[in-house]
Amino acid sequence: MVASVPLPLPETKDRPSSETGEGKSRHAGPRVNHFKLDNGMDVVVIPDHRAPVVTHMVWYRNGSADDPRGKSGIAHFLEHLMFKGTHNHKQGEFSHLVAELGGQENAFTSYDYTAYFQRVAREHLGVVMEFEADRMTGLTLTDDIVAPERDVVLEERRMRSDTDPASQLDEAMSAALFTHHSYGVPIIGWGHEIETLDRQDALAYYRRFYTPENAILVVAGDVEAPEVELLARATYGKIPARGEAPVRNRPREPEPRAERMVKLADEKVEQPQLERIYLVPSARTAQKGESEALDVLAHHLGGGQTSLLYRKLVLEKKLAVMAGAYYFGDALDASRFVIYALPAEGVGLEELERALDAAIAELKRDGVSAEDVARASTRLVAEAVYAQDNQASLARWFGAALANGETVEDVLSWSARIEAVTPQDVAKAIQWLERRRSVTGFLLKEEAA
Amino acid sequence: MNAPAKIVSRAERVQHVVSPGGVVAWLVEDYAVPLVAMDYSFHGGATQDPQGKAGAASLLAGMLDEGAGDLDAEAFHRALDDHAIRLSFNAERDDFGGRLQTLSRHTGKAFELLALAVNAPRFDAAPLERVRGQINAMLKRESKEPDAMAAQAWRRAAWPGHPYARASRGELGEVDAVTREDLVALHKRLLARDTLKIAVVGAIDAATLAGHLDAVFAGLPQTSALTPVPAIEVSGLGQRIVVDFDVPQANIRFGRPGIARRDPDYITAMVVNHILGGGSFTSRLFQEVREKRGLTYSVYSTLTTADSSPSLIGATSTKNERAGEALAVIEAECVRLALEGPTEDELDKAKKFIIGSYALRFDTSTKIAGHLQQLQREGFDAGYLDRRNAEVAAVTLEDARRVAKRLIDDGRMLVAIVGRPEGLAETVVA
Repeated sequence: MVASVPLPLPETKDRPSSETGEGKSRHAGPRVNHFKLDNGMDVVVIPDHRAPVVTHMVWYRNGSADDPRGKSGIAHFLEHLMFKGTHNHKQGEFSHLVAELGGQENAFTSYDYTAYFQRVAREHLGVVMEFEADRMTGLTLTDDIVAPERDVVLEERRMRSDTDPASQLDEAMSAALFTHHSYGVPIIGWGHEIETLDRQDALAYYRRFYTPENAILVVAGDVEAPEVELLARATYGKIPARGEAPVRNRPREPEPRAERMVKLADEKVEQPQLERIYLVPSARTAQKGESEALDVLAHHLGGGQTSLLYRKLVLEKKLAVMAGAYYFGDALDASRFVIYALPAEGVGLEELERALDAAIAELKRDGVSAEDVARASTRLVAEAVYAQDNQASLARWFGAALANGETVEDVLSWSARIEAVTPQDVAKAIQWLERRRSVTGFLLKEEAA
Repeated sequence: MNAPAKIVSRAERVQHVVSPGGVVAWLVEDYAVPLVAMDYSFHGGATQDPQGKAGAASLLAGMLDEGAGDLDAEAFHRALDDHAIRLSFNAERDDFGGRLQTLSRHTGKAFELLALAVNAPRFDAAPLERVRGQINAMLKRESKEPDAMAAQAWRRAAWPGHPYARASRGELGEVDAVTREDLVALHKRLLARDTLKIAVVGAIDAATLAGHLDAVFAGLPQTSALTPVPAIEVSGLGQRIVVDFDVPQANIRFGRPGIARRDPDYITAMVVNHILGGGSFTSRLFQEVREKRGLTYSVYSTLTTADSSPSLIGATSTKNERAGEALAVIEAECVRLALEGPTEDELDKAKKFIIGSYALRFDTSTKIAGHLQQLQREGFDAGYLDRRNAEVAAVTLEDARRVAKRLIDDGRMLVAIVGRPEGLAETVVA
């Protein structure tokens, strides 16, 4: 098969597991410690002693979906500005320190959270914790620093979206799927609003969300919980509590009634594409077992070359060169179930869409067999074992889960919950794939007039 | 926590496994996680594509897991899926490689399927057309992606008439010319034991591994049959090629000749490049182009170690109106570094970064396997794992100044720009 798919795929949905599932070589999963500092900050420690390095992350429970209306992009813009210095450390000092230690650093903003990380040799954990704790409350900003960084963000938007019709279609589909909820606004923000963001906006947002009660510290690597606890108390622990965690005010998406179709035709499109997104429950909003069934369904329907859609659309009907599905369960609010297909040469998107709908209708009629479910769950559970090879991935999964209100136990029991999914559960999950809950997107080549 | 990590020899953890059939591999045995990872390569990748058939090696890589032995494509993928085995092949410019990852309890099955894929690929007609369609779909998409377009324009101007002018993944139109016979022939020419390099990391012992190595690799031909690829210098220095494209941002790629991996100056060049535009927030290009002027989200330079034409390549993107300004800043920084060299402080910090960050390459099995394979490919012994940081530490300011001058010279670059850039001086419009 060809490894890379020319589509914006989500990050792998691997999760760490507490065991490998069936078989003799049962293996203890990661040992994970979780506790809270007195000021309310969560701490998660995941020891992995194979290499003398650590991954240090701080997560804040706010993302682009918490941007005030009219200020889209502020969560992401602030993430950039967090590298601009504090009362104690001038601009660039932290980055220079990390570089001098031979470390890596970065940050990312998602719909539901914002996170900062460094990867350094174990003996440097203390000093990066000092600096990260310092910028939780000590950020200073001046207009002459904010203005060029806003230009950087606008260039980032031009690079990722304004030059790419596929990204523009994705933005339009999200905006159509979420008619009311702010998942419909791009994480980076709309260009015309980014242009207006200023120092005051950034500081107001910062003061609202960057507090110990709203933060999660995750350390994975060559450490044990007691030493992290000591360091955490000496750094993050010194930050006074604010009293209570900030509240996220998000409107709920109404029950969808009308299917939507979004088309984008552009001269820059050489390879057309079909995408379908359904509004479905996230792990947080789902009934018990429902999100796990959606995970299994996504895998059965579109997880690789043995999946149903690949077999029907690519192998049997030869209407597509690629087809797949994935489910974004890691979200605070109602989320996305995505199906995509790239048409074969000469095949129209309408024809491909009809075949896709026929495959889904067939699946609704026939359901899935116990064997199908077992196969999908074996794969999913194995991915969780693979995840244990990478301390940075482990740190991300636990951080993301806690940021969305899940617990360490929820993450560790994920494999067992996947294995408990029955064909009946999957049959129920398929019912979410209703056209009225969906947006269909066509990416088309605009023929020169 | 303040005590430095215990110094351990990385080389001592590497076992040299020689199978009964004479296949050699580097092994790091580790049972902390119940997984096995293998990374291996053969010399000769896309450069070996026949004339007019760019994409043959990429198609070969895409076809080895599409049916082998008694298993057709679907049965082969089902067998992989049922055991959660990750198996892939990749055609790069100078190498043809593969990766295998498995849960340790399925190690036997994983090597069994790999042995089939490597030795008995079927190249059935239906999957061949399907994979060809997938490659073409990707090429079509890339044909209108500014980043890929700039890389293509740069490649074609830098190495005219050379295999490096073609994309490793293939060229639209030429992929269609590749036949089943081409794949059979290429498979025979490339997958041979004389250039094979293997690294394995994880929950497996040397004796067990040796048996699997024989099953997979011992039956391959002894010698490869590679078409020699001539060395070539980057040409077109001083040229600016503009590919007109209606996007708001100009995508800029620049570069000039670099320094070969086994050149005695390579380590120093790596330090110099780190200072110029290497991968952290502290490089001169990052500071001048992004931090001070807000011209871009991304700007970098990198040393590529391509066998036939090592080069110094960089890229950025900025709105069309400021393209001239961005390029002027980049060129000025290059010239300044060549003329003045780095400062003592910059050198010191760059060395600290490069030395300190080496540990981050050893924290996952797949990363370790990849690095150990690459070292063998570059002709190093395992002792390099322990020598490398000392070599970086030994770079002097005088070395760095001399190599900055050697690397950047008069600062002339071949530049390719996709977009509607403004503010440029003389340009060639493609």
